[in-house]
Amino acid sequence: MSGDELDAERGTTRPASGNGNGTAAVPLTAKDLKSDQEVRWCPGCGDYAVLAAVQSFMPELGIPRERIVFISGIGCAARFPYYMQTYGMHSIHGRAPAIATGLSASRPDLSVWVVTGDGDALSIGGNHLIHALRRNVNLKILLFNNQIYGLTKGQYSPTSPLGTLNRTTPMGSLDWPFNPISLAIGAEATFVARSIDTDRKHLTEVLRRASAHRGTAFVEIYQNCNVYNDGAFDAVREDKVNENRIPLAQGQPVRFGAQGEKGVVQRPDGTLAIVDVADVGEDALLMHDETLDDPAHAFALSRLAHTPTGPTPIGIFRAVERPVYDELMTDQLRAATEQKGAGDLDALLHAGDTWSVHS
Amino acid sequence: MATKPVEQLDRVVIRFAGDSGDGMQLTGARFTSETALVGNDLSTLPDFPAEIRAPAGSLPGVSGFQIHFSDHDILTPGDAPNVLVAMNPAALKTNLRDLPKGGTLIVNHDAFTDRNLEKAGYDANPLEDGSLDAYHLHEVPLTSLTLEAVKDVDVTKREAERSKNMFALGLMSWLYHRPTEGTIEYIRRKFAKTQAIADANERAFKAGWAYGETSEDFAVTYEVKPATLRPGTYRNITGNQALALGLVAASVKSGLPVFLGAYPITPASALLEDLSRHKNFGIRTFQAEDEIAAIGAALGASFGGALGVCTSSGPGIVLKMETVGLAIALELPLVIVDVQRAGPSTGMPTKPEQADLLMVLFGRNSESPVPVVAASTPGGCFDAAVEACRIALKYRTPVFLLSDAYLANGSEPWLVPEVETLPDISIEFATEKNHDGEFWPYLRDPHTLARDWAIPGTPGLEHRIGGLEKHDGTGNVSYDPDNHDFMVRLRAQKVAGIDVPDLEVDDPDGAGLLVLGWGGTYGPIGAAARRVREAGGNVAHAHLTHLNPFPRNTRDVLQRYERVLVPEMNLGQLLKLVRAEFLVDAVGYNRVRGLPFRSDELADAIEGML
Ligand code: SF4
Repeated sequence: MSGDELDAERGTTRPASGNGNGTAAVPLTAKDLKSDQEVRWCPGCGDYAVLAAVQSFMPELGIPRERIVFISGIGCAARFPYYMQTYGMHSIHGRAPAIATGLSASRPDLSVWVVTGDGDALSIGGNHLIHALRRNVNLKILLFNNQIYGLTKGQYSPTSPLGTLNRTTPMGSLDWPFNPISLAIGAEATFVARSIDTDRKHLTEVLRRASAHRGTAFVEIYQNCNVYNDGAFDAVREDKVNENRIPLAQGQPVRFGAQGEKGVVQRPDGTLAIVDVADVGEDALLMHDETLDDPAHAFALSRLAHTPTGPTPIGIFRAVERPVYDELMTDQLRAATEQKGAGDLDALLHAGDTWSVHS
Repeated sequence: MATKPVEQLDRVVIRFAGDSGDGMQLTGARFTSETALVGNDLSTLPDFPAEIRAPAGSLPGVSGFQIHFSDHDILTPGDAPNVLVAMNPAALKTNLRDLPKGGTLIVNHDAFTDRNLEKAGYDANPLEDGSLDAYHLHEVPLTSLTLEAVKDVDVTKREAERSKNMFALGLMSWLYHRPTEGTIEYIRRKFAKTQAIADANERAFKAGWAYGETSEDFAVTYEVKPATLRPGTYRNITGNQALALGLVAASVKSGLPVFLGAYPITPASALLEDLSRHKNFGIRTFQAEDEIAAIGAALGASFGGALGVCTSSGPGIVLKMETVGLAIALELPLVIVDVQRAGPSTGMPTKPEQADLLMVLFGRNSESPVPVVAASTPGGCFDAAVEACRIALKYRTPVFLLSDAYLANGSEPWLVPEVETLPDISIEFATEKNHDGEFWPYLRDPHTLARDWAIPGTPGLEHRIGGLEKHDGTGNVSYDPDNHDFMVRLRAQKVAGIDVPDLEVDDPDGAGLLVLGWGGTYGPIGAAARRVREAGGNVAHAHLTHLNPFPRNTRDVLQRYERVLVPEMNLGQLLKLVRAEFLVDAVGYNRVRGLPFRSDELADAIEGML
């Protein structure tokens, strides 16, 4: 493609959809999205399940493969792009949201995904993450949270619980961990969700919604690192009877338990509490509404579990509409061209006070 | 009214100095525009404090603007002023040392109050104690004359006082026969929304002119004839303006939209500001959350097929090096502009230096070669920008483009180029599979060693690139020892093989001494060489615009001379390189005062070696 054609294609016209949606000539299958590279995560790593979920749900989006880009930073999860038969970049530690911002803002026709981990996104790349979220760049950010540095062989991470014992903290870690969902909501994110590596159905549904969201979609995925932090999420991940998973369903009361016998109510001070439904009655339960503009509801839900050792909300916390950075940028280019006409280099070079010298 | 006698001069250096709030930069800029229209050659240098609002009347709050104009071709804003306009005691105190004895001094008499004298640290009033006897002193009650001139205009006293810079401009315009129409038009345009303020400024300006005509204090006026410049259309331009235009031109001539990622930093912010006004050229400007994100976003845009650019200064560049390393590994085009300023650390943000050379060449982990282009003059920033983009695109590599605070803010007449004469720097993206039915992202052009560049959106060429070492050709991750050695050498060879123009030597008389410079010292070195030659000395001058790779003939040039002098505003960075690279026993002349070289000090250094 020549520069001109490229320019014409993406320049000042917004694509039909901000998500790079389009129709692939031949429908893709999960196999079409597998690259020829051997997958090299540790056997049993939760990353495999996420990769499989992504590869199997993506074809249904109907986006041609060449319009999909995966960008990652550094860490175990950051190998992800190598395994996808799409465009991809394995970049540097923490910078993927910044790099993806430049790509997405200059190429609104693409579907750009960021794959990151708790160290990558919340430690070294924390600044880029929060600014991507507040700008609402058209990015889908998948944060594989395993509460540990896996690639460097097991140091505590910014999501490890206080007192974590490992290689760099033989007497226990001293830092209070981030709650990624609270952080994202605090950073003005428009789409915030949490899912679990092994729950293919739930994860797929969340990814589908993330993909359809206009702007930055932030998805925290509880991902088991079976080598350095096995079982960190077992309270929720292995919770077959819904004792600890609090499913968030739009327009539904927030309740959980094998028979839905537990629920969440809002106290007068705005904080939430877990109660027995029998004690308060169904009508007293908090109704979930992900579309509330005010982030207080989503934030309060995120505070129900600071670390996932007890009842923990899973699902979409927040999904609101806000102008998308890339689209605003493209609109400005179009408006400037309408106002001033397409750029004329000769006129620009001769602008201002000029004078002529004759021979 | 009797016309005053006119004295002809071949060149003049004027410095306007006042408090930051006195509008000296505006005064200087207007005087410059008037001078450009006369057809003089000119060169300007603003000198302003880093503090936006240093306390009024204080020494750190002094802001200056120097203009050198002439009836012949000149290279610098002048070593020392012939005329100093001092709007207050602090401006006098900080600038008087630069005015040679016998120079002309014009002061705002009204500003020499006890309070202002005290703020400037004067024990006695210099206007009264005879300490200025060695100068041609003109004491002008600028403030009160301005107030008088605008008394019928409906403005506050403060607003009226603020027009005193226009009075000074009017007086200087009269003194040097500058045309006034442009300034009057400018005033009307600038204050179009507040008629009263426009009126006040216009009246002050005209009153300044009239004061010159009528006051007996000024007995003669001066005329500087137009210079004979190369025929063509000219405009006055600063280095930052020229650099921004060069990037726009590179976008047009490559057919690729510019994506500029930047974080505000002195003295590079004007580049972001300028380019953000050219959105109708398809230019996207992204003000990032930090320096790292700025270059990251630019690289992401390059990956998508844009011309990725980032603009910064030393303290920002140092944060970008990680991403420069990634760009080297990815082999993607990226232009990184470093408008150098005095360091280390925050240093002196508004002051020039050229001490980032070794950083941009070597300040990264491992073997990470990057081409380096350096601008030599304010107008030359345009060509340097186009050249940096050309190399980046042709060789798929990050390129450093060095400017400095002196070039960035200094101005000179610029011969506006014809668009057709600018080089075509377009490139082809890969659109087809290139190896047995596959796409190999690291398959190369055998001559340039540039890899095939396929951008997202191109069907069938999906591929992954990254910072891990990769196998040449396939681009697959590789830890093979021989492959790594091969790749390290290949990346070095690619940069070493870049086509750069030969080093030109200005050597009219076959000298034995060569002065070798680079970057923003071009003007002062050139002016020093002229000075030496005028005094009968014999010296050659060569100026490097490409610091990596060096021009092919650099070794030959250096070996032709018995002695080589390398003046730099650092402690000898190019000097180290030429000594190491070419085994030449070159000698340095190094000053790091945050000020451009003076041509007389360089002339002395040259003469000391003849
Ligand atoms: S170290 Fe942990 S996160 Fe990394 S690949 Fe192995 S199991 Fe997965």
